[in-house]
Amino acid sequence: MQSVAHEFKAHARRALQDTTLQHALARAKGGFIDQRRTAIEALPEFDELRACAKQIKNHTLAHLDYYLERYEAQVKADGGQVHWARGPEEARRIVIDICRAAGARRITKGKSMVGEEIAINPALEAAGFEAIETDLGEYIIQLAKEPPSHIIAPAVHKTRGEITELFYAHHRSHGINERVSDVASIVNEARSVLREAFVTADVGITGANFLVAQTGSSILVTNEGNGDLTCSLPRVHIVTASIEKVVPTLEDLAVFLRLLGRSATGQEMSSYTSIFTGPKRNADLDGPAEYHVVLLDHGRSAMLGNEFREMLRCIRCGACLNHCPVYGSIGGHSYGWVYSGPMGAVLTPLMVGLREAADLPNACTLNGRCQEVCPMGIPLPTMLRRLRMREFEQNLTGARSRWLLSIWAFLAKRPRLYQTLLRPFVRLLAIGSRGTRRSLPLARGWTQSRDFPTPQGRTFQSLYRARQRKQ
Amino acid sequence: MSDSARNAVLDSVRKALGRDCELDASIETALDGRLNDSGPHVLPVFDEPPLERFVDKLETVHATTVRVAGVADIAAAIDSYIGAHRLPTNIVVARSALLDNIDWPAAFHVEHRGATVDDVVSVTEALAGIAETGTLVCGSSESHPTSLNFLPENHVVVISESRLYKHMEEVWQELRRLPGGLPRAVNLITGPSKTADVEQTIQYGAHGPRRLHVIIIEQH
Ligand code: SF4
Repeated sequence: MQSVAHEFKAHARRALQDTTLQHALARAKGGFIDQRRTAIEALPEFDELRACAKQIKNHTLAHLDYYLERYEAQVKADGGQVHWARGPEEARRIVIDICRAAGARRITKGKSMVGEEIAINPALEAAGFEAIETDLGEYIIQLAKEPPSHIIAPAVHKTRGEITELFYAHHRSHGINERVSDVASIVNEARSVLREAFVTADVGITGANFLVAQTGSSILVTNEGNGDLTCSLPRVHIVTASIEKVVPTLEDLAVFLRLLGRSATGQEMSSYTSIFTGPKRNADLDGPAEYHVVLLDHGRSAMLGNEFREMLRCIRCGACLNHCPVYGSIGGHSYGWVYSGPMGAVLTPLMVGLREAADLPNACTLNGRCQEVCPMGIPLPTMLRRLRMREFEQNLTGARSRWLLSIWAFLAKRPRLYQTLLRPFVRLLAIGSRGTRRSLPLARGWTQSRDFPTPQGRTFQSLYRARQRKQ
Repeated sequence: MSDSARNAVLDSVRKALGRDCELDASIETALDGRLNDSGPHVLPVFDEPPLERFVDKLETVHATTVRVAGVADIAAAIDSYIGAHRLPTNIVVARSALLDNIDWPAAFHVEHRGATVDDVVSVTEALAGIAETGTLVCGSSESHPTSLNFLPENHVVVISESRLYKHMEEVWQELRRLPGGLPRAVNLITGPSKTADVEQTIQYGAHGPRRLHVIIIEQH
């Protein structure tokens, strides 16, 4: 999709006032957090697995060219084809060419964040194909013509009522004329509508959670089984994946599988973890005759060579989103592109440009929860700070912030002056308050959705001085 | 395919890694060695006997299980499952040495083929089971089309206790030993199809089977 990350502030403001969205976010959050905690507490080896996974990814990234070439050779040996794409444009062209060559009309899709990244659906439609998302969440947002708001729960922002109306409006062409509003009926209706798509599609496009170099396999983790129907029934299977998805062996894969489900939804294993290797074998009764993999770079090789390499360890589990207070308040759409939350605030500026997404690295309280829960130990707050530094270096920080920062820097270097100036404000703040203030003059924007803690007792500096004196 | 894109991406990766050439031969040998190494990393420890754990985990993820004494009891187990859920007796069945030996009741209409949207019950045999997570491992082949695992609303899987392994790493060894290597699709199945995409409420039977029923042939 086209990025609208530059409108972050306006979107965030609107999201905070959107009561439907606030309900949806509140409901989702607790569930994800509790389920993850329970699953991790039940596995004493979790930390050991995490350290191991981090080491495997670091090793793989340090030899990425080797593993990509081995992966490619193995896919070819099994009868599949590998295509390389520097950016979204090239990736779209490759996919469209494959679909054209296959004489395709209808295309089913499994959920793929790389697919979102290269905006494949609008491109397929513009090229005259019918592209149908089959993951229920993706299907819902496709009907609503919206981007995903969460990397693993794309329709988490939608309420049941909204889905009822969407289905009512779109399913009439399938002969369904009644509104369904309970969860079971909604799921059943989608099931029956999408069944026809599965069996009539010419091409199936899925993402991959991992690629295994040793066997040339792509791995797909789902709960619905839509991904498996998408790539087993049509004549052609296209996998869209990015270059950092490769891991060396099936034994390495096992480590990641034990972390992914638990971190994402608190599941030990998702319902379906599928390992796809090449097209159908000669005597097979089903499976695609053609198996293609499109390998996308899109800024990743650049990240490999700079201070953002660690971000390439990300396995897209969504834990950092679920634990982020900013994401929890404004939802995924505010971030303005396909990735959201802490990982999105790092990736979006690196992929669509720092100028376009300048607000994202600042939408962070540096509370550090994302890094604590990240199964890959990615130092997300550090990365966000580095992006802020880049913004400052590239003069993307606003004039007022720069000006205020330089005043602050001037004062911070002169402690006595700093205190003399600050003391009256501190006293003023403390007057008549009981720990927090609901509103502050000149800072309404800030206090509208938070309370300001007021100074309690003496300042740190005076306490410190008193202590030094005592010793 | 455009070789220029391939070379550009690989060059850019090499440049990022601070190398402008292919790998050193000695490093390459070490990496080849790592690729052929099938030693496991971290294996979660558990004390329960594998069969107990397997059944326990499967039931936690909403599958149903039944243990039988031998091949002769499979037909009866399927008959009672079909009776209990009032399902049709037209079923699609995969082929295997074990499944081919089932003596089906006269009322059953058994077909061996891929599944269609009209099939309600499929019966397959798993290549293996993983006790750690209660996972069934199914591989695609001419006798076991993948559609049997996903299209019908009821998936009945038969597995002998002797095919149970503690961890997935042992299953990888078995898979690599299969004649012809890895099948096109290896499906690790842990419970029926489900979704939580509508208000985080779990609903079974999203696109795949609503029910997963596992028949385990015990070893004596
Ligand atoms: S950054 Fe870490 S927590 Fe966030 S999605 Fe990636 S792996 Fe998961």
